[in-house]
Amino acid sequence: MKSTSKRMWMRAGFAVFALSASTLMVSCGKKEEPKEVAKEAPKAEAPKPEPLKVGFIYVGPVGDAGWTFAHDMARKAIEEKFGEKIKTSFVEKVPEGADAERVIRDLVAQGNKLIFATSFGYGDAMEKVAKDHPEVKFEHATGYKTADNLRVYEGRFYEDAYLAGVIAGKMTKSNILGFVGSFPIPEVLRNINAYTLGAQSVNPKIRTKVVWVNTWFDPPKESEAAQSLINQKADVLLQNTDSTAVLQTAEKNGKFAFGWDSDMSAFAPKAHLASAVLTWAPYYEKAVNDVLNNTWKTEMTKWGTKEGMNDLIKISDAVPEDVRKKIDELKAGLKDGSFAVFKGPISDNSGKVVLPKDEVADDAWKGKINFFVKGVEGKVPSGK
Amino acid sequence: MHELALLIAAGIASGTPLLLAGLGLLLNERAGVVNLGAEGLMLIAAVTGFGLAFYTGQTWLALLGGAAAAALFSALLGWMVVYLNTNQYASGLALSLFGAGISAFVGAALVGKKLEINQNQGLPLLADLPFVGPALFQQHPMVYLAVALCLGMVLFLYHSKSGRLLRGIGESPASAHALGFPVRRIRWISVVVGGSFCGLAGAYLSVVYAPLWVEGMVAGRGWIALALTVFATWRPWRVLVGAYLFGSVTMLQLHLQAIGIEIPTQFMSMLPYLATILVLALISRNPSWIRANMPASLGKPFHPG
Repeated sequence: MKSTSKRMWMRAGFAVFALSASTLMVSCGKKEEPKEVAKEAPKAEAPKPEPLKVGFIYVGPVGDAGWTFAHDMARKAIEEKFGEKIKTSFVEKVPEGADAERVIRDLVAQGNKLIFATSFGYGDAMEKVAKDHPEVKFEHATGYKTADNLRVYEGRFYEDAYLAGVIAGKMTKSNILGFVGSFPIPEVLRNINAYTLGAQSVNPKIRTKVVWVNTWFDPPKESEAAQSLINQKADVLLQNTDSTAVLQTAEKNGKFAFGWDSDMSAFAPKAHLASAVLTWAPYYEKAVNDVLNNTWKTEMTKWGTKEGMNDLIKISDAVPEDVRKKIDELKAGLKDGSFAVFKGPISDNSGKVVLPKDEVADDAWKGKINFFVKGVEGKVPSGK
Repeated sequence: MHELALLIAAGIASGTPLLLAGLGLLLNERAGVVNLGAEGLMLIAAVTGFGLAFYTGQTWLALLGGAAAAALFSALLGWMVVYLNTNQYASGLALSLFGAGISAFVGAALVGKKLEINQNQGLPLLADLPFVGPALFQQHPMVYLAVALCLGMVLFLYHSKSGRLLRGIGESPASAHALGFPVRRIRWISVVVGGSFCGLAGAYLSVVYAPLWVEGMVAGRGWIALALTVFATWRPWRVLVGAYLFGSVTMLQLHLQAIGIEIPTQFMSMLPYLATILVLALISRNPSWIRANMPASLGKPFHPG
């Protein structure tokens, strides 16, 4: 008898164990900032206008660096700026695809009237939900589909990639650069091409090798890709993935790399050449103002160095003075419009001229990039 | 030539976590227990190891701590499947899901934190040899420890009395029981020790290999290790060969991309499983082959008395 009751007790223990596993799986990910609630609570006398609820969907964890971190900095900045007029919340680590739609609908159900989706792959989900909820304004980072209540915004990342390329072209010893790509979409192809063009502007012998990892965030895989590039003599790396793994792999191997999306200088003191950073706050501020003042309308916003959205910062002391000066000149040129990254003649790596001499590429051209420029090795992977 | 040496080195480094986890699972399975919790155990160990490395700066302490954490959860699993006779497959899956959840929960504060990186020193003298130096002898010490553990596993399983007993239990727990051996205790110990191997693999990933912590970073390596034991027909040396082979395929795929040869990455990542299915199909064609290789009591609970 004793043994049966013991066994039942043990079985119950197992059930609790399995249950807690499933609840943990469900409960992780969602986070709300309790700060604003605390502020509101003590004063109840004067009826205040309802704060505008602003929701954010992040593709990665916030962490200490990278793409999602940069968006979250901007979220905190607008929260600071608008105080009690808005209330923000975010959901992190939302996979691109079917799950995203559920999360966006959930944010709508919670009363968010302005929703920022901060990754390319949320586009389809965003479009569907936007159709069902005309009263909510939707903002999609790096997207291309718009609707009456859905607009897109983007930085000019390729400007930073070009500047990084200029530094890389001067710092490389092997004349081989490496690039860890996420997905072969125009945004990433633009960066690979700009990186190469920048390097070629100071060093015509440059060749760029590309490895695709088919993910935005998978540090072990990013390390392996970086290692593979280094093994093939690439000695200055840039990545379009979100973690610090590429930079850290370069550090381990005594090579150079760049920080991407946020200041990553602390992660690899020796390997770090510069960090491309994004300041989303001014745009998020504008978007909130648009909604508060009822001036929100559909558009496609592309901001770059000129508007202060992109910048290349924390240039390493290892970079010679004349190169730093060149970077400053280029930045000034981007700001006053006297310099453009994609200016003809540009030919792809099969030799075909894709931009005639002296022609400056427009946004439509940049949005359709599906080739590697001369100097990049290999073919753009086909079939998505 | 130098590139080939580096490719081999990268394949070995990439295969090492598979080797460690595969050896642990092999030990479990040789005693008759299937541990589907490997993925979860590796995640628990990865977050524990990374946390320890981050707060103490001690790599070896972190690796041991990871192994200990995995051993702890394996002890729980072992208690359930060995003493309570719960279904091994269901319990293992539960542990895998639980490990994914708890590691994400505990590790939230560690995401994006940074560890000090040391350049690999390699083995003195041997590291300077042409070709074989860069190919084999410039790795992290864990890589060599994994090989030593493989040798240890061979010696234990095939050249020691207790190893033979363990294999005997995997074949016929009833006979071992009739001869007076504590079947359940030995099985439980094998689950704990095997789990600690998985832990070592997980901690190696987050502390040495990446070195970063992020939720779900084991990314299916636990499942590949499970497939590996079948692929290796439950022999330690074949686990080593298989692990390095799978690791090399991963690296080769990236390497070919950088050269400009296009192979869909999705195809390459399915290869280990495809190879396992092939091996299974081949050994299943011949019943005596299965009898000769697969522990006869694998996955079956044992009721004494």
